[in-house]
This record gives sequence, C-alpha cells and structure tokens, in this order.
Amino acid sequence: MPTTMTYREAVRAALAEALRSDERVLLMGEDVGRYGGAFACSRGLLEEFGPERVRDTPLSEATFVGAGIGAALGGMRPIVEIMTCNFALLALDQIVNHAAIMRHMSGGQFSVPLVIRMASGGGRRVAAQHSNSFEGWFARLPGVTVLAPATVQDARTMLRGALREPDPVLIFEHILLYPVQGEVDEQADTDIRRAAVRRPGRDVSLITYGGSLPKTLAAAEQLAAEGIEAEVIDLRCLRPLDTELFLDSVRRTHRAVVVDEAWYTGSLAAEISALIMERAFYDLDAPVARVCSAEVPLPYAGHLEDAALPQAAAIERTVKEMMAGHG
Amino acid sequence: MPKLGADMTVGTVVAWTRQPGEFVRRGDIVAQVDTDKGVIDIEVFATGVLEQILVLPGQTVPVGTPLATIRETGAPEERVPGAWAGPPPAEAGVAPQAPQAPPPPLPPPASAFGAGAVARAGHQPAASMAQPEPPGGMPVSAQGPPAAPARLRISPSARELARALGVDPAAVQGTGRGGAITREDIQRAAAQRAGALGRPRAEEAAAAGQPSAGAPATQQPAPGPSQAGPAQVAPPQLPPPQVAPPQAGPPQAGAPPTAAESPLAAAPMARGVQLPAEERAARMRQSIAAAMSRSKREIPHYYLGTTIDLHRAVTWLAAENERRTVTQRLLYGALLIKATALALRDFPELNGFYMDGRYKPNEAIHVGVAVSLRLGGLIAPALHHTDRLDLSTLMERLRGLVQRVRGGSLRGSELADPTITVTSLGEQGVELVLPVIYPPQVAIVGFGKVVERAWAVEGQVVVRPTITATLAADHRVSDGHRGALFLAAIDRLLQQPESL
Amino acid sequence: MKHDDLRQTVLRVLGEIAPEADLERLQPNVAFRQQLDLDSMDFLNFVIALHEATQVEIPERDYWRLASLDGCVEYLAQRLSARQQ
Repeated sequence: MPTTMTYREAVRAALAEALRSDERVLLMGEDVGRYGGAFACSRGLLEEFGPERVRDTPLSEATFVGAGIGAALGGMRPIVEIMTCNFALLALDQIVNHAAIMRHMSGGQFSVPLVIRMASGGGRRVAAQHSNSFEGWFARLPGVTVLAPATVQDARTMLRGALREPDPVLIFEHILLYPVQGEVDEQADTDIRRAAVRRPGRDVSLITYGGSLPKTLAAAEQLAAEGIEAEVIDLRCLRPLDTELFLDSVRRTHRAVVVDEAWYTGSLAAEISALIMERAFYDLDAPVARVCSAEVPLPYAGHLEDAALPQAAAIERTVKEMMAGHG
Repeated sequence: MPKLGADMTVGTVVAWTRQPGEFVRRGDIVAQVDTDKGVIDIEVFATGVLEQILVLPGQTVPVGTPLATIRETGAPEERVPGAWAGPPPAEAGVAPQAPQAPPPPLPPPASAFGAGAVARAGHQPAASMAQPEPPGGMPVSAQGPPAAPARLRISPSARELARALGVDPAAVQGTGRGGAITREDIQRAAAQRAGALGRPRAEEAAAAGQPSAGAPATQQPAPGPSQAGPAQVAPPQLPPPQVAPPQAGPPQAGAPPTAAESPLAAAPMARGVQLPAEERAARMRQSIAAAMSRSKREIPHYYLGTTIDLHRAVTWLAAENERRTVTQRLLYGALLIKATALALRDFPELNGFYMDGRYKPNEAIHVGVAVSLRLGGLIAPALHHTDRLDLSTLMERLRGLVQRVRGGSLRGSELADPTITVTSLGEQGVELVLPVIYPPQVAIVGFGKVVERAWAVEGQVVVRPTITATLAADHRVSDGHRGALFLAAIDRLLQQPESL
Repeated sequence: MKHDDLRQTVLRVLGEIAPEADLERLQPNVAFRQQLDLDSMDFLNFVIALHEATQVEIPERDYWRLASLDGCVEYLAQRLSARQQ
C-alpha cells in the first residue's frame, strides 16, 4: 500500500526501521540526537531508542568515523551521519585508508560493515564550502559501495540493502531532495546495485543520479513537448556502476548526455562517457555530451550559483544541439 | 541562413535561382530554403554581384550561416578560398570583409579557478546555434578545425548502418552538427534510393535530356512560379537521389556563364532538393505541436468574445464590389483584418512579443493571417504595416499571400514574425473560434462565420448579418478590461466601413 | 465556346486553385465546397481565373450560380452567348 511522504521523512523512517529491526544498529554523528539531525532526519529517534543507540558526537569527523569503523569491526552495524560531504574531507584518511581497505589489508580477516550517510550538492545558497558534490571522488575507491538515492522510494528502502553489505557503504543524499514528496511502497525491497530507467525514450539517453534527476526529468518533459523522446536513467549506485543498463540504453538511442552536478574534470560523468566510448562506440550517432557544474568554486550569490550548476534548460539545450538536423 | 520564425534553428537550401556572377538587387529572390513551414523564397538584402555560393542545394545549415557572398558595386573582388572546391574551412563561411576569428584560447593554468572557467566555456555550447553571432565572432571551437578533405565526417553508428544498408556515405549530405552524417541521413539516403528506383521523376529525366518515359502520363507541371514545386499541395515528390558533388558544380564564379552554357550549368543547382511530402507534413505538424504546446504551457490565456453587427459592413461591401472589377473585389475578411489593425494602434499591449520573461511592444503592426493548407497544417505569414494599407492594397496582398502559401512560394520576409495573428475558421460553418496564441506573440483574434440573427435595433427586431469576434490574449501582458475595449474598438470600426 | 471547352476550362482553373484535388471524381452537379476544401479566398481566385480565361464579367450577385461544375458551365455559356448576340 503506497503512502506519500517527504524524502526527509523517508530517511527518518528508514533509520527508525533499521534501529528497530536490528539491535546491532546504532546511529552516531554531529547533532543527530538532541537536535534531531542537521537536516532533521533523526528527529524523535533519541527519544525512541535512547542515548546508547543514538549518539551525539564531538565535532570531529575523523574521531567519530574512526569510532564507527571500530564499532563495525567489533560486530556492530553503525550508521554514521556526516552532516555534509564537505566535512567528510576531515575523515578522508579514516574512509580511504581504513574503512575502504581493511578487508584487503587484513587479508580478508576483517570487514567493516559501516554505513556513512551524508548530504551533498549545491543550490541552497550556502557558498563554496558547503555546496560540493564529492560523491564522484568516493566512487573511485575500490572497497566501498556508493549510493545516491534520488527518489523518496530509494531514500526509504536503500538503507535496508546498505545494512546487508559486509563492506562500507557511503550514501549521498542531495540537500535539495529532502523536502521532495513522493510515493513509497514500504515493502519494496530494491536491489541497491541496479540502475533504473525513470522515463523511457527512444531518441537520447540522459544518464544522471541524485539531485540532478528531477532537473533531468524536467528537461525530458520539455523535450517531449518538442517531439524529442529522452530516456532518463537514474544510476542509483555510483559504485559499482550498473554499466550494462546505460550501455543498453545508448545502444538503442545512439546518443548520450551525462548530467552530473560535480565538476567536469575527472568526474563520474567523465568515467561514464569513457565507458560508453569503450563499449558502445559503434552505436553512437553523436559524441557523448556532458552537463556538469562550471569549474568554479560554487558561488554564494543565487543567480551565479544557478548559472554554475546544471539546470534543466542547459540539459534541454545540449540535447537539442545534439539533435540538430534531426526530425 | 535567415531566421524565418522564432523557432527556426536550421534551414536547408533547396535551390539557387540566381547564379554566381549575376547582378542582384536588394529584394530579389535568389534562393529557396526549406523550413518546417515549407519552402520559402529568400530575398537578398544587398545590391551587387552574387559572387560565390557557399551552401549548395541539399545542405542544411544553422541559422546565421552565410549562404553566399555578394560583392557590392565598387568593392574590390575578393574570393573565399575553396568555396566551390570542397568543404570550406572554418572561417570560409565568413563574408570577405568580416574580421578574423579570434585565436583559440590558451590552455589554462591548471590551478587557476578563473582560467579554468574560461576553458570550460566549450562545455556550454549555449547559444552558438540558437542565436547566431556575427560570423567573425563565431568561436573557433564551435566549428572545429578545418577538416582534412579526405576524412568523412560521419558518426560511428551511421558508418555501420551505411555498411549494412549498402549506402555510400561519401554521396550523403550530413545534417548533424558540423555537417556530420548521422544515422538518419543514411536511412533517408537508403529510402530515397529505394524510392528513386521505383519512380523516376519526370523533371529529372527532362533535365538529363532524356524522354520522361518513366513518368506517369497524367503528371502535370506544378502551378506557380516555384520551380521546386509547392511543398504542401503537390503530390509527393521524390528528391533526386543525391546532390551533385561540389566539384561537379557550375563553372567558377567570377566568369559569368555564357548564354549558351548557362542553362546546362545551372541545371544541377536549379533542380532543387526536397523532402518527401509526408516527412514535410510530419515536420510541420511537429513544429505546430511545439509552438502550441509551448503556448498552452507558458501563456495564461484569457478569452473574450463579442457579437458584431455586420449590416453596415456587408451593405457597404456589396455596393463597393458592384463597382469594382472582379480582380479588385474585396472580401469581408479584408475589412476584419483592417479593423483589427487599426484598433491595435491604441492597444500596444496586444501587439508585440513576450520574450525572455518580459514584454516588448512592437511599434509596427504586422498582422499575421492564419492560412490553412488543404492537406493539413497551417502557416500565418504577415501583412506588413497592416494598419497603413488601404483596403485595395490589403486585399491584393492578402490574395497573393494565400496563393503563395498554398502554392509553396512564400517569401522569407513574409514569415518574419507577425506581431499578432488573425484567424478565421468561420466560413465552413463555425460561429465561435477560441484560438491559441502563437508565441512569442501575445494575442490572437478569431472570427466565426457570418450568421443572420434576429437583432434588436432601436426597439425593433430585425434580421442582421452578425459575426462573433473573439480575443485570446496573454494575461501576463494585458488584462480583460483592456481586451474588452479592444474588441469594442473593432466593432466600432466595422460600423464605419467607408473609413477603413 | 462549346460546353465541353468550358468544362475543360473550369476544371483547369480549379486544378490551379486546388492542385491536390482529384478532379476526375468531381461530381458535376454538387457544390465544389462540399467536395473540395475551398474558402472564400480560393473561390475569389477561382472567379478571377474564370474571368481571365473567358473575359466574362462576373458580378458578385451571380457568385451563387458558380457553385458547381454544371452551374459554372451553364452560367458561362449563357453569358458568352448573350455577349455574342
């Protein structure tokens, strides 16, 4: 029976379900307890589950991510919230040099079943230090799984799959998605490693994830009004990539545009573009195009920030230029 | 390539009607261009000698691409290198006088934010197609470096498809970005080849000096002045299988062809390259769909209607037509258009364009007249300065316009953006039209059919011919009160037909 | 002009106004407007072309007589013979 809720409520419901169904699960991070989370994703959980399982931590990402790794090694199933991915840089050594490679360094003796959630992305007028999209960096790391739930349904059910993983899982929640409303089937158990076709189409494949999905769908709507049917693919899992799904799509449409809020250089979009070139070159009818953020620190001023981030209009324009001369 | 409508981004040259070396005057028709709206005659905007043709029939180029160069009288002769001999280099599209394109930007230092942003400009190809810049300022990256002549610009998938279908890609004109050959081009070429084998075209056979034995005996030459034939109304015409390669074109420009060799030399150019009628109809449908969807999506329409007593207008018209010869007679439609145009003088909020989030009234009044095509589709070309035309001139222009729309020889300048549209669907039987605004215009006036109604005049019921006028207008720009005054003004003007 | 010639003339003129029409299937005694998609502008052009082809002056009040192929032929024949007398 589907119910309607916001993305924020879906995250909260997922956390509550995890805490309720497995006593090894605990939640820790800055302000997750008394304050209810910087994005209110854990409001009410302290009251329900108590301070042992919903723990406010000191303002030191390296410390509490490290503590999470320790807890995971000790048999717990910790969920660590890093307020935004911008602050994850302070815990980079813990994530990159410890969590991600513990299994490898210990010759398979230890595993780190740790889930780290963080907000990501720009568009909230909070300036360059708080607006980055670093999920592409983490998606480069062998040893981790990286998820980007873009729909309310995925916010509700992907955590369930993440907690079943034996190795670290990083979940990136785009800050603009929290207030978005959507339908949720509470019982759906979605495979976290599979990409999804959010809108079928025959003319061009638009490949995206996370906060860029709504913009891409909006662009596809506009394009449809002009007779261009775009297929929209939500990657959902950024590592490992569901490569076959988008390659299949490109083999049908012969054109691809990758939409990624990170910067162009060395981005996930660049990786996807390279995969298409390597494995679907002879199916391409036009060069792969990308719509990413301008290579600048994200501006504070609203009009400049909007201009720097990928927008529906730019996606639409890119597709139209790619289609110029067709029908 | 002129922009023949707000939504046009590319156009295909169908034929050149004038040859290099010929003297052309401003306003002369030099070429025909195929757009979503049909085949349009292109008028030249300068007087001089047509020096070189840069875009051959069959080629599709973005709006803003130079089509030819004209040497103005007195200017020294200059040539664009290689204009006929092969694909022009990046700057070859530029008229001789244009300034040099800027050098490509230097690679940015890796660490500098600002320089990085500049280098990334290439990632937002933005407006280079939609809003043509002056050719000299065209960014080099948009065109790419001049291609080596031997290398075919074709997508990998199109190349595979050509191999599978047995199409020679070298004989196919690319319509993709930068002239690249796409899958669609290959499919079209294959379809044309299949069609051409089945039904040879009379004209083509004639042009080649062969008897047109293969052509159906009933085939009539298309009416109208257009050599390329009426797009919407003619039976489906198959394009010739391929365009003559540039090397085989007419003799080099500069030396005007002699009278004897001229017709032969002109043959491959004048023959014309057109899409099949079904595809053309589909494109027009798509273009209408796009404009109307945009209208319904973006424009908050409000609708007003009023019934107008046409007694005076009709009586005056009958008397007027009585003393006019058949060629000078007026239709009541001309009165409606003139009254609308005159009324508009006091309502600038209904005459103009809403673009980029704001309204710009247009000083001149160019009423677009919606003309339907019999096989479906619709074109609304403009009667320029409608309010300043006397009725006879307006009628003459209107008649010509309808004839040219239905005969497929519309002029480019006539399509250049009317400021308001008038539509009349009434003749075949409807009383009320609720029209959809054609963006970026902000109003459209509809007229139903003339109906005799019981009408109260000074306390007496009499029978009067009446017509229902409707207005659909953009609520972002005007309000119902002003719209109502506008319709009332049209009514008032129609009560004094002699002053129209 | 004989009736047959007039008929050919009317059909030729009609073919120029509505080139897509299948004139072989035109019913001679049924109004053009019920068979072809003609509006008043097309009709005016039709009348003008008839005038140019036959030099017959056609006042507006006679338009109704030109509604069908038979009507046209009859009307033009009548006007031409009146002129000859």
